[in-house]
Amino acid sequence: MAMLSFERKYRVRGGTLLGGDLFDFWVGPFYVGFFGVTGMFFTLIGIAMIAYAASQGATWNLFQINIAPPDLKYGLSLAPLREGGFWQMITFCAFGAFASWGLREVEICRKLGMGLHVPIAFSVAILAFVTLNIFRPILMGAWGNGFPYGFMSHLEWVSNTGYRYANFHYNPAHMIAVSFFFVTCFALALHGSLILSATNPQKGEPVKTAEHENAYFRDFIGYSIGTLGIHRLGLFVALSAAFWGAICIIISGPVFAGSWPDWWNWWLELPIWS
Amino acid sequence: MYEYQNIFTRVQVHGPADMGVPLRHTNFTRQGTPFFSRLLGKLGDAQVGPFYIGFLGLASIMCFFVAIEIIGLNMLASVNWSPIQFMKRFFWLTLDPPAAKYGLALAPLNEGGWWQIAGFFLTASVLMWWVRTYRRARALGMGTHVSYAFAAAIWLFLVLGFLRPLLMGNFSEAVPFGIFSHLEWTNNFSVSHGNLFYNPFHMISIAFLYGSALLFAMHAATILSVSRYGGEREIEQIVDRGTASERAALFWRWTMGFNATMESIHRWAWWFAVLCPIAGGIGILLTGTVVDDWYSWGIKHGLSNGSPYDMTAPSTLP
Repeated sequence: MAMLSFERKYRVRGGTLLGGDLFDFWVGPFYVGFFGVTGMFFTLIGIAMIAYAASQGATWNLFQINIAPPDLKYGLSLAPLREGGFWQMITFCAFGAFASWGLREVEICRKLGMGLHVPIAFSVAILAFVTLNIFRPILMGAWGNGFPYGFMSHLEWVSNTGYRYANFHYNPAHMIAVSFFFVTCFALALHGSLILSATNPQKGEPVKTAEHENAYFRDFIGYSIGTLGIHRLGLFVALSAAFWGAICIIISGPVFAGSWPDWWNWWLELPIWS
Repeated sequence: MYEYQNIFTRVQVHGPADMGVPLRHTNFTRQGTPFFSRLLGKLGDAQVGPFYIGFLGLASIMCFFVAIEIIGLNMLASVNWSPIQFMKRFFWLTLDPPAAKYGLALAPLNEGGWWQIAGFFLTASVLMWWVRTYRRARALGMGTHVSYAFAAAIWLFLVLGFLRPLLMGNFSEAVPFGIFSHLEWTNNFSVSHGNLFYNPFHMISIAFLYGSALLFAMHAATILSVSRYGGEREIEQIVDRGTASERAALFWRWTMGFNATMESIHRWAWWFAVLCPIAGGIGILLTGTVVDDWYSWGIKHGLSNGSPYDMTAPSTLP
């Protein structure tokens, strides 16, 4: 039912990190595993908390629902549920669910005899979340420095947090992160295009080969990175985008709390100019 | 326990250079003798070149060079031709578009005229490079997907520097050439139109930008993790599915209940990447022309109740 035509022979036991055979089964297309159980646990509690907190709010307007972190006065302590405690529980559950998801990916990789690239890549995304809502608030001494859970409220947090440092575009790590995001989008467009243009050639033409891909890119820019290389490059630029995103926010506040445009004055004061 | 994850190529095999698939109906030949770089070979293909320049390629590169020259020399002139000051102030230097009083007319050279000329050459360069993406594909009998993706990026470029200024009736609306000055422009653009975060096309564009990073990380990691089964030979896997594709598909099916195929993942990739500049261009084109203040627009349409989130104000549920 939920199995692809070739799927049955891949559904073998083993490869689990924890729980042995106990949770080594599938539900429909989903693999369960020990971390599927923990992941479901955190997800259900987290979503229930989100729904409950939203029900206590002022509106059911999807754009305006806002579940805010505690007021700064609570520092790093636990806040009453309705004053940020919901946010703290949701953050904890989110981290639990993300970590479970990553570890479940490791089990699936082991089952399928694959490398661990996907869970390693996912851990960089987790790092970005943990940096925003756990590491940075801890370093700044208050959970209130985390971003709120809400469609518009999290955007407003980004806007306000940016202007707290005068102009976030001048944050050098932010520049690097944005550049990596643009490069990733650009490279993804080129890779997707190249594969599609080789397998969907001009009318009446046979499907092309990797030699055509190489020829196209060498003709085009003088270099073709190759079929394996583009995936190494793509993984690197995509992970760099998330990594530098985490860096750019962790240094804003804990390391440097002034105005980012003014930060650049060190460049003007270098001794080489005098 | 510890396995090689195929991050770098450990053993490089060098044969004769690949001179490329024969070209059809072209007026020029490929240029240059290919050479091999050991360092490039660690990450990807070691061969560099040959390169097809052709008439359009040469014209495009020359126009690009002219545009960069104009920008660089104007910056150098702005610091009295001092190379030291040029280095010192480089991030702050800028070539600005004309002042508002010139509207869409040609401005005097030192009051935005150079910006207009640089913009013209840069646009000419980009458009000729676009034709090149198309003709290089046709010369190999391939599809023209690269051209259409590149056209999406050109759309955003033209909206920022030409189409929106045209609709606003003023070249002063365009983006300046300069490191910090274009960041300032971005910031002021948002501030003077009531915060671009309330612009739904800006939201969609960013979602596709982040989505592209997510998708490329997922796809690239998946392919690398099945490279031990030859997963990077994507075209072969598309026309004749092998165990690499099957494992890659099952990984995502077991993880999230859904999987792409070796071909369809590239369609997802293409659309995610292409929709980012398309949505972004629409969002910018609407700003100031159709919608003047996105914050008021957001309040009117229920995005906001008029009291934005403020972390310094106590936020207690009622």
